Amino acid sequence: MIEIKNIHKTFAKQKVLDGVNMFVDQGSSTALIGTSGGGKSVILKILLGLIEPDEGEVFIDNVKVSHRDPGRTLSRIGMLFQGSALFDSLPVWQNICFKFLKGTEKLSGKDAKELAIQNLEKVGLNYKVANKFPADLSGGMKKRVALARAIVGNPKIILFDEPTTGLDPIMTNTINSLIREIVETMDVTTLTITHDISSVQQISDNVALLDSGRIRWEGKSKELKGSKDPYVFQFINGKHNGPINVN
Amino acid sequence: MNVSLNKIGKVTDFIISIFLNLVTPPIYSREILKAFYQIGWMSLPVLGLTALFTGGALALQIYAGGSRFNAEQVVPAIVAIGMARELGPVLGGLIVAARVASSIAAEIGTMKVTEQLDALTTLSTNPIKYLVVPRVLAATLSLPALIAIGDSIGILGGYLVGINRLDFSSSTYLASTASMLQISDIFSGIIKGVFFGFIIALSGCFNGFYASNGAEGVGKATKSAVVAACVFILATNYILTEAFFNS
Repeated sequence: MIEIKNIHKTFAKQKVLDGVNMFVDQGSSTALIGTSGGGKSVILKILLGLIEPDEGEVFIDNVKVSHRDPGRTLSRIGMLFQGSALFDSLPVWQNICFKFLKGTEKLSGKDAKELAIQNLEKVGLNYKVANKFPADLSGGMKKRVALARAIVGNPKIILFDEPTTGLDPIMTNTINSLIREIVETMDVTTLTITHDISSVQQISDNVALLDSGRIRWEGKSKELKGSKDPYVFQFINGKHNGPINVN
Repeated sequence: MNVSLNKIGKVTDFIISIFLNLVTPPIYSREILKAFYQIGWMSLPVLGLTALFTGGALALQIYAGGSRFNAEQVVPAIVAIGMARELGPVLGGLIVAARVASSIAAEIGTMKVTEQLDALTTLSTNPIKYLVVPRVLAATLSLPALIAIGDSIGILGGYLVGINRLDFSSSTYLASTASMLQISDIFSGIIKGVFFGFIIALSGCFNGFYASNGAEGVGKATKSAVVAACVFILATNYILTEAFFNS
């Protein structure tokens, strides 16, 4: 369960978040949509404890996220970064099991590699990929490896930052299907940031629209296309005119 | 003024964080060994060549200058003292700064702009402890050794030029070097190496850590790391020389 209470954040005199309130229930999947530079990724970084909000609080499974000690909540979270963020100097299996090799929960190299191969299979990649380096992988394979890293260790919450950005439609569909399958089989809570409306409907049950630092609309993803809300209408139809300031 | 104060604050905070992480577990011994290999061992060839040619050129210059006062016999002593006190540490520091500060800043900077540093944190690994502490330790401890080796190679360069080009006999050259070179000359250079090593690693790590704006930002961070390291090495060298020899 994720609870965001009245979050404010300003960077260099520019208000990015202006009182964001959000609740993501246990086991549900929510997509956060909004214009580029609207503060969506900042919300994720606040959830991870990477950025400290100016005001407000965030709770993960009723535990307050602390910028000073993010470790208390990070052990419950898996994260898929926009650009995959794989470590270039490590082979795929060490990337996937990094937290079991270098972090607080230790596994032997042999066990870690076995666990990595099991997770590679979950995302549709075979064991041969385990010994490759990120530079040898395509964009879609990197995303799948990053997904394997996000789900290793059975986190209770998974955060996805633009999981299909830069991928072709076929790979986008593959990644979305994998995410849906993982969400259903692992019974996790997910929060996904995306611009892709078809992805929203494929991978999430609920949607929130963020604009000018505030949540403007919340609802079921199946209600999104028929919504009469002016913010939703402008966003999903890509209109220049409307309440969302696109300049 | 505010920008400068802000940067001084950030550097101070960074240094404190390095020392706090230096004395608390976990210790990434494999990363430390890797850093010693890359910073210390791999700097030897370029440092050795620089010292060899500098020692040789120094012998030629001192001979040419000394001959104006019929003081050619001072060549061995001045080559040895000059290398041990000044040229060995300063040239060694500058060469290693160019090689190591740039590579550290580029590596960590790239990790920063591709979210790999954030990924480290989400995988329960402190980036300061995992990336910065090994590099600072390796540079601070290996530079004194590099400087001692560089001093020896520089003196060898002077010796080779002395006996082959300047008609010194081998025994006279060696006896003159041994009689004039004091232990304090050697140790002053080695102590300078400790400071220079710390400056090089700090400059590379700090600028990499605060890199932003993609490839351009990494380029700027790399340039800043080398410039800052070189300037601080030269300034620190003057301060230490005052402290060692004028007190």
